[in-house]
Amino acid sequence: MKYEEVFCDIEKPLNLKTAQIESSRCYYCYDAPCITACPTGIDIPSFVRKISNGNVKGAALDILSANVMGGTCARACPVETLCQEACVREKSEKKPVAIGQLQRFATDEYFKTGEQAFTRAPTNGIKIAVVGAGPAGLSCAHHLARLGYDITIFESRAKAGGLNEFGLAPYKLTNEFAQQEVNYILSIGGITIEYGKSLGKEITLDDLRGKFSAVFLGVGLGGNNSLGIPGEESKMVIDATRMIEKIRQTKDLSKIPVPKNVIVIGGGNTSVDIAIQMKKLGSEFVTIAYRRGRTEMGATHHEQELALTHGVQLLNWVKPVKIEADSMQFEYTQVESGKLLGTGKMITLKAEAIYKAIGQTLVSSEKVSLKNGKISVNEKFETSLSGVYAGGDCTGVGEDLTVTAVQHGKLAARSIHEKLGARKHG
Amino acid sequence: MADLSCRIAGVKSPNPFWLASAPPTDKKYNVERAFKAGWGGVVWKTLGEDPPVVNVSSRYGAMELPGQKMMGFNNIELITDRPLELNLQEITEVKKAWPDRAVIVSLMVPCNEESWKKILKRVEVTGADGVELNFGCPHGMSERGMGSAVGQVPEYIEMVTRWCKAHTRMPVFVKLTPNITDIRGPARAAKAGGADAVSLINTINSITSVDLDVMAPRPVVGGKGTHGGYCGPAVKPIALNMVAEIGRDPQTTGIPISGIGGISDWRDAAEFMALGSTSVQVCTAAMHYGFKIVSDMTDGLNNWMDLKGYRRLEDFVGKAIPNVVNWNQLDLNFKTIAHIEQDQCIQCGLCYIACEDTSHQAISHDKKMGVSKYEVIDKECVGCNLCQLACPVDCITMIPQKTGLPYLPWTQHPNNVMRK
Ligand SMILES: Cc1cc2nc3c(=O)[nH]c(=O)nc-3n(C[C@H](O)[C@H](O)[C@H](O)COP(=O)(O)OP(=O)(O)OC[C@H]3O[C@@H](n4cnc5c(N)ncnc54)[C@H](O)[C@@H]3O)c2cc1C
Ligand SMILES: Cc1cc2nc3c(=O)[nH]c(=O)nc-3n(C[C@H](O)[C@H](O)[C@H](O)COP(=O)(O)O)c2cc1C
Ligand code: SF4
Repeated sequence: MKYEEVFCDIEKPLNLKTAQIESSRCYYCYDAPCITACPTGIDIPSFVRKISNGNVKGAALDILSANVMGGTCARACPVETLCQEACVREKSEKKPVAIGQLQRFATDEYFKTGEQAFTRAPTNGIKIAVVGAGPAGLSCAHHLARLGYDITIFESRAKAGGLNEFGLAPYKLTNEFAQQEVNYILSIGGITIEYGKSLGKEITLDDLRGKFSAVFLGVGLGGNNSLGIPGEESKMVIDATRMIEKIRQTKDLSKIPVPKNVIVIGGGNTSVDIAIQMKKLGSEFVTIAYRRGRTEMGATHHEQELALTHGVQLLNWVKPVKIEADSMQFEYTQVESGKLLGTGKMITLKAEAIYKAIGQTLVSSEKVSLKNGKISVNEKFETSLSGVYAGGDCTGVGEDLTVTAVQHGKLAARSIHEKLGARKHG
Repeated sequence: MADLSCRIAGVKSPNPFWLASAPPTDKKYNVERAFKAGWGGVVWKTLGEDPPVVNVSSRYGAMELPGQKMMGFNNIELITDRPLELNLQEITEVKKAWPDRAVIVSLMVPCNEESWKKILKRVEVTGADGVELNFGCPHGMSERGMGSAVGQVPEYIEMVTRWCKAHTRMPVFVKLTPNITDIRGPARAAKAGGADAVSLINTINSITSVDLDVMAPRPVVGGKGTHGGYCGPAVKPIALNMVAEIGRDPQTTGIPISGIGGISDWRDAAEFMALGSTSVQVCTAAMHYGFKIVSDMTDGLNNWMDLKGYRRLEDFVGKAIPNVVNWNQLDLNFKTIAHIEQDQCIQCGLCYIACEDTSHQAISHDKKMGVSKYEVIDKECVGCNLCQLACPVDCITMIPQKTGLPYLPWTQHPNNVMRK
């Protein structure tokens, strides 16, 4: 089983001709709603018009200057709930401009040139520490590097990219795209990554605060929620993110055992991701079990449809009861006066593997203040500790999406520059 | 069912849709396919004297809008490059096989009476219904003292037309070039020379685009290019104006017109006819989509005529001419203002930015909770139509206002120091 064949691109990329035809559908709105809907505020009408005029480089620069991970986001963003949902063509004809596809076209074509879009300002000698080389950390580092700061990223793993590398579905981000993007980001210069350095183990926040002028935390969510039901310790129960990581990092897919009956617990996009990946690997019966209805699922309508077309079953209104040797028992649920209650009726499904996709949690041993279990930040992405900033999934701000993390990193970089620039002049 | 049969300058055809003199009418093979598809007539690709001209390779260029091909079309071809005898023989065969269709033969020979006389005699024996004098071709032939070199000098038009009328019994159509400043001059000259009808427009001098790698105009012929003749949908407005000018000029009014220029469907045709064209000719649209488009032209026109209660073409040909007036006769007291239908508005903001940046700041933009609302400020709106034209979903209507004021043309306006 070839990795590239199992996980080939889920979308057919546009070519110049089809991109120009699609881009001509854009009305070039004034105060365009799509820009507002994009968490990184990409000037969408502008880049789309540039594609239609054959100025693909200009289009790519519009994208990358607002969102340095525009390439990943073009593939991974749930555009149907972001820019494309806001497109006025969605309103008028239920067929928005294919913004994600156009963004992918522009960035792919530009990356092929091997050019570096940005230049780094002469170094200002100010040292910044970034913890975590995921989208938030890399975006923050890139923006600061452009401004002339010297950045050291501390990353606990041996590879950069965060969930782009370890989490995103392989049929969205094929081949080595995540690493190519990381290389592109690092090629600006001024950024060093120290791999195998975990905050809380090899390094501490106090160390960093002593040695660096500012610290940015982009550690994501390392922990996973648990079900709290009998049998959960069984070897067939695995966190979905762990399995996804394994699939993404294995080159020889035939080494991965393929269970026949798979149950996925949860209703978010992660549950859809693991379900589809198991289906693609060859699992015969894959069921997503979720305790409420389809409309309450965190997975977008588009993602749910994708699961269904891949032959995944959606089992709604069931809650986990217990796990046995080769099966799992659920109780049917219903809403009564606003409360989700069990009906007493049971259902048992066969399983050789059960994947938990019920949300991730922050692993923090540091003394930054938390709010609802995540790092608390103000609108400048400052934490409770002075000089310490945070962004991305590890904060409770916005949706847990790549695009949001990139925006946090960018805004935190701006705050850091505002503070340190002022200190320098003052 | 309306009657689409057409009669212009004594030439009859089952419908007013003719193929213009161009590659679609270059030989028997194409013309028979066109007749099978339902075209009412053809103007055969222009004949000249032997030896035939030689064409270049790489002949066409086009003006594209994103996603829309061949909005404007440009060619650097010359008249037919086939021997005269072969063309005449095929014309004879076609006319014999398709007696009910109009077959007009386009001609272009050097500017001397003998040449015209000679070729007219040969065309007559083919049984063709008429001839069209090509005074239009803007490239290649004009350098040889033919085509638009004649068409740009009214005296030559009159002279050649007169020769032709003297030497043939066939109806003479004079095809006019638009590459002049006032179309009425050439039209008057054609009429004075005795033309039975005028055909217009031929192609417009143009360079459609420049190949920025080669640094030469398209179509590029071995690294070089030349200006060509422009036609297709983009030229329709220019053609319509010229047709209207001839239709309402007291000196030419009444001369039959065969309208040409960017006609792609029945509606375009109906517009040319409303401005006085009795038949219409098509080239680019056929070259883009093939001959089948005539089926929409015939039944589209038919359905529209039924809807409007027009039984014959004469019922509406020229009907819009009285409403084409000089600017100074327009009512300055007429007032119309824009109205945005809110429940159809998609908040694209194009009306707002157009009026705000380039017109009269007559649209307000109000944003509440991220949702924009655009409204016309009635007292600021001058009724320019810009917003309506920019709106992609047609949710803006221009509403004529009751002013209670009398008709006031510029000729009587107080601001006009020359008023009578
Ligand atoms: C299975 C899955 C699928 C997803 N699919 C999509 C999708 O299709 N589209 C989308 O937009 N979003 C998707 N997301 C969400 C998206 O991946 C995240 O929102 C995004 O990656 C968050 O970026 P981040 O930089 O905050 O965190 P992460 O990407 O998690 O990066 C954190 C980085 O910090 C490192 N790190 C962690 N702890 C430490 C420490 N103590 N010391 C040093 N380094 C540390 C980690 O190794 C990692 O490299 C998905 C998430 C999952 C789990
Ligand atoms: C390739 C090409 C060749 C043409 N050759 C001739 C010609 O030989 N004689 C002529 O009178 N007009 C010629 N024309 C002009 C057409 O007959 C017609 O006047 C013009 O194309 C405008 O009509 P349209 O907009 O429907 O194409 C030619 C046009 C094209 C595109
Ligand atoms: S008609 Fe012209 S002036 Fe009036 S609102 Fe529209 S753009 Fe503005």
